[in-house]
Amino acid sequence: MRKTYKLFIGGAFPRSESGRTYLVDGDNVALASRKDARDAVTAARKAQPKWAAATAYNRGQVLYRVAEMLEARRAEFAAVGVPAAEVDAAVDRWVWYAGWSDKITQVHGSANPVAGPYFNISAPEPTGVVAVVAPASFLGLVSVVAPAIVTGNTVVVLAGAPQAAITLAEVLATSDVPGGVVNLLTGDPAETAPWLASHDDVNGLDLTGVSDTALATELERTAAGSLKRVRRPAGTEIDFFADPGVKAMTAFLEIKTVWHTKGF
Amino acid sequence: MFEYAPAPESRSVVDIAGSYGLFIDGSFRESAAGSFKTVNPATEEVLAEVASAGVEEIDLAVAAARRAFGPWSALPGSERAKYLFRIARIIQERSRELAVLESLDNGKPIKESRDVDLPLVAAHFFHYAGWADKLKYAGFGADPRPLGVAAQVIPWNFPLLMLAWKVAPALATGNTVVLKPAETTPLSALFFADICRQADLPPGVVNIVTGAGDTGRALVEHPGVDKVAFTGSTEVGRQIARSVAGTRKRLTLELGGKAANIVFDDAPIDQAVEGIVNGIFFNQGHVCCAGSRLLVQESIRDELLESLKRRMATLRVGDPLDKNTDIGAINSAEQLDRIRTLADAGSAEGAERWSPPCELPGQGFWFAPTIFTGVTQAHRIAREEIFGPVLSVLTFRTPAEAIEKANNTPYGLSAGIWSDKGSLILAVADQLRAGVVWANTFNKFDPASPFGGYKESGYGREGGRHGLEAYLA
Repeated sequence: MRKTYKLFIGGAFPRSESGRTYLVDGDNVALASRKDARDAVTAARKAQPKWAAATAYNRGQVLYRVAEMLEARRAEFAAVGVPAAEVDAAVDRWVWYAGWSDKITQVHGSANPVAGPYFNISAPEPTGVVAVVAPASFLGLVSVVAPAIVTGNTVVVLAGAPQAAITLAEVLATSDVPGGVVNLLTGDPAETAPWLASHDDVNGLDLTGVSDTALATELERTAAGSLKRVRRPAGTEIDFFADPGVKAMTAFLEIKTVWHTKGF
Repeated sequence: MFEYAPAPESRSVVDIAGSYGLFIDGSFRESAAGSFKTVNPATEEVLAEVASAGVEEIDLAVAAARRAFGPWSALPGSERAKYLFRIARIIQERSRELAVLESLDNGKPIKESRDVDLPLVAAHFFHYAGWADKLKYAGFGADPRPLGVAAQVIPWNFPLLMLAWKVAPALATGNTVVLKPAETTPLSALFFADICRQADLPPGVVNIVTGAGDTGRALVEHPGVDKVAFTGSTEVGRQIARSVAGTRKRLTLELGGKAANIVFDDAPIDQAVEGIVNGIFFNQGHVCCAGSRLLVQESIRDELLESLKRRMATLRVGDPLDKNTDIGAINSAEQLDRIRTLADAGSAEGAERWSPPCELPGQGFWFAPTIFTGVTQAHRIAREEIFGPVLSVLTFRTPAEAIEKANNTPYGLSAGIWSDKGSLILAVADQLRAGVVWANTFNKFDPASPFGGYKESGYGREGGRHGLEAYLA
């Protein structure tokens, strides 16, 4: 049976409000508009405080559940052309990031020995709403979404591999990820990304999937208007099978330092 | 208020030359692009004529830093550490001279430059000196590498301290530096150049280029630069972020703020008042993390304001070199204009203005400590960074309302919380979107404590282990 590939916003699967679709390998896929991008930001913003306030243990379990659901749907990814090795690696990647939820604070935070009678600690907190231009591969998509959300950010993703992305959305919708934490838009990033780069309620912009240098530069320049945290394209081909390190997480973390007086 | 006899620090402890060149490749040189004057804001007396670096001089400085980068980054970390320890020691030895110089050029009270700025400057170099040979333990990979040439542009509010925050981590990690101090406060950076020579720092590792905004722009946009670090206004920060877009230059920004200082009804009032005064009147309020919005719980508003006004009436405004002075001179005529404009807007928009009786000197740039009550969130004085001794007072009823108001700003640099209830403090601290939260204290700084903002207060951290990240690949 042919499937309709719609958008994934706020936990629901709407068509593009523009009514537009485009053809991908014989499938009609929703072509997201500016309005869809704005709706997705609204959904991401609405979901963010609660997602960030969830315990790290809880977020870890939610990501682990995504891995379970993804593994159960291996055949569907094969059907849209994702190589089995990539699906396996994507499952492992969700598991890997799931485990980071309650470790990144210790690894990236610190107790600071200041020269005075003060309690002083630094801990990472999520940046907020992150817009992501995802790489074209499925593993690439998972490798930018999982690290952004595990720390408590919510995301609006412009997907490079539309059918695989929407199949992932179906995984997310049937796992325990709260609606709005991940929002997936299909279409032309050159059309929608500039709206996200200029959106004042977007705090971070991940350009990992932008291969057009001129577009990447323009998006980064636009993002400067509200001083978004920008993760630039790598500049070289990324091997998504390699150890991803922590930078994909730390790119969208803020360090908060809290001081308190000590005394009797 | 008690009458105190004048207790001036001697200005003869520091020799200021008539003119200064640019410090490039280990020596001072003239600039083809002209010069400018730096004045003592407390007297409007010209202190020195300082070279203004143009495009040509920026080229030379970046080239010198590039030449120095290879050997400097190849030194064992333990050898780089020795230079930084030596610099820290020389700063300690010359701290009286530097404190006087800083107060002369900046206008800040000598008791602050002597007891806050200079000790923190030496401590910062000492802290990062110790990192130079321990980088592989810092959590940024087994073999973290320096970036190359760092372009650093710093503001006038803490001239030497901001230099230390920029230069110490850059050198510890093996980068070389071209630093531009602010146009109105170039002198302590030029003295620092002399300290680099005294420490036998290899030529080109630190270059100091003085000038105004155009000089800074030329430096930041120079293609030979690998890293840009800027502290200053959010507006200039945006321009810099635009200008580095599409390059491989790494960027960290420490920008403006409009911090909320939240006082709950169970706070110890006297301590809170000291914290409020320190939060907004320290350094004439020329502090990006100043507690410029006082959020006081409605039930204690009157009691707190009465106590605050009584305390403000004891603040001594005047000669920065007098050891009893609490509030010195506003740094420049331009800044004084900006403070006046915003304060006038506060009155025009309906807030009630109050200052203690206070006699201001006839010469120089001065602004009396001021509070506005009846301020709403829509008022300009509640939204815009004033960067002066002006406090806007707002009230709240519940913790949720305090958090909502505190976060209702595009900035997110710092915040303060005053309460005797630990669980309340921690819960509120969790909810504040700010990089530094001071609880039952304010405006505390330490080289081991990361500093930097959320949102439009910039990105990146300075201080501690986190501060290394900005300078490592």
